[in-house]
Order: sequence, then structure tokens, then C-alpha cells
Amino acid sequence: MSVEQIIFYGFAAILLFAATMVVVVRNPVRAALFLILAFFTSAGIWLLLEAEFLALTLVLVYVGAVMVLFLFVVMMLDIDLTPLQEGFTKYLSLGIVVVALITVEMIAVLGSAHFGLDIVAAPVPHPDGYSNTKEIGLLLYTVYVYPFEIASVILTVAIVAAITLTLRKKKSKSQNVGEQVKVRREDRVRLIKMEAVKKEEVES
Amino acid sequence: MIALSDFLILGALLFSLSVAGIFINRKNIIILLMCIELMLLAVNLNFIAFSHYSGDIAGQIFVFFILTVAAAEAAIGLAILVVLFRNMHTINVADLNKLKG
Repeated sequence: MSVEQIIFYGFAAILLFAATMVVVVRNPVRAALFLILAFFTSAGIWLLLEAEFLALTLVLVYVGAVMVLFLFVVMMLDIDLTPLQEGFTKYLSLGIVVVALITVEMIAVLGSAHFGLDIVAAPVPHPDGYSNTKEIGLLLYTVYVYPFEIASVILTVAIVAAITLTLRKKKSKSQNVGEQVKVRREDRVRLIKMEAVKKEEVES
Repeated sequence: MIALSDFLILGALLFSLSVAGIFINRKNIIILLMCIELMLLAVNLNFIAFSHYSGDIAGQIFVFFILTVAAAEAAIGLAILVVLFRNMHTINVADLNKLKG
């Protein structure tokens, strides 16, 4: 057994264990923490597949941003967990049957009979100095530059939508632009005619 | 050497586990969102495995876009969840029948 195989099977075992715990565990905080473990181990597997940029992106974006968001929301909401867990055992048998079917079918299609080493040969490792990030950048900023721009628009839409959904209106400090524009000169400025007086007259 | 089928079977197992999670946790919408994230992870694993074994880096570009869309989806989903909890004081999927769909 080579080192690569040991790493792969070890990481695969940890990944499947973490995924099982995400599904089975009762506490959503623990589920989120196991999901973080799953993301970390799959980043390791992606490193094995020479996708270094995406592995680091997965750790940064998912573990750093999305999972923190998940933990934040789980801890912010005061959830009563007991009604959420009813039916756990009721659907367990049905779930296991369906999942066993899906697994058997997928393994029949994706197994070593169709995608084994003798059919899809292992690729030659890249030479020294090969940069995965550079290759992705070369492709992303030339061929896929239009989808890249669309992705940025999607992210902008997401941030705007998330903020507008959760924003609470504050009455005190908001300004009504319509009222401000509608104001006329007569509403604000008052001209007063009065006699001019000299300074000494005022003092005396 | 590790065969392509090993990675594909790992992705298939991960996907099946998350389908099982949706089956047995059908009340808790937070766990449902986490299961969707796991599914996307399995799909990404398949993309990267195929990209590695066929020597075409376009698969990794696709994973990049999936990550982008998944991050947006998680942000909006959690925002909807927060608003839902603020209005209805529950996240039980069985209680979310306002639309009468």
C-alpha cells in the first residue's frame, strides 16, 4: 500500500464518519462542527487530486465564512429541539432502504468495472514548478471571463438580498428622501423685515 | 495507485449519506441546509476527480463556480431562516404551511 493510498483511505474514512455524524447527531451545533471536519478532510482529498487552489478556497470560503455563518445562526436562534426530532426513527428504515438502493446503483455504474485503473489510467504527476493557481487563472480570466463576471453579480445579489431580508427598520435616524426633495423654499426660509438700528441705541 | 472509481464511489457514498440525512431529519431545516452543502461537496469531489484524471482543468473552473453559487445560496437561505424564525418562532418544516402549496 503506497502512501497515497493510506492518505486517501484514511481521509475517506474520516470524511464518511463526519458526514454520518452530521446526519445522525441531535445537536445542530455539533452537526455544524462535524460539517467543518468534513470540509477539512475533503480539502485534504482535493489536495491529493492536485487541486490546491480549490482545496484552499474550500477551507477559506466554507470553513471561514459559510460555516461561521451557520454556527452564528444556530446559536442566535433559540430553537426548541424536541419537536424537531420526532419522526427520526419513523423515517430511518425508509431512508436506509432508499439510500441503499442509490448506493448500489451508483457503485454499479461508477465502480471499477467502468472507471478502474485499467480503463482510466492514473495521470502523470505534474513537473516541478507547475502552478495549479496559475493554470486556473489563465483559463478563468480568458475563456470563462463572462461566467466569472456573472458569478460576481450573483454574489452582489446575494449580499443585497441577505441584508434586505434581515434588516430591521429603525425609525429614529432614517431620512425620507421624498420629503427632503419635496421641500420648497417657503417651508424653510422666512424673511423678516425690521428696521435697522444703530449699535449705541441698542446698548443704551 | 488510486483509481478514479475510488473517488467516484467516495462521492457516491457522501451523496447517499446526505440524502439519508434529508430523509431522517425532515423536521429541522438547519440540518437540511447542511445536508445540501454535503451534497454539493460530493458533486465537487466528482468534478475534481474527473478533472484530474482527464487532465482537463475546466472541471476545476466549474467547481469554482459551484462554490460561489453555494456560498450565495447558504447566505440567502440562512437569512430567510432568520426572518422565518423572527416571524413564526419555529423552524419546524411541518409548521411552514403558510403558502398552502
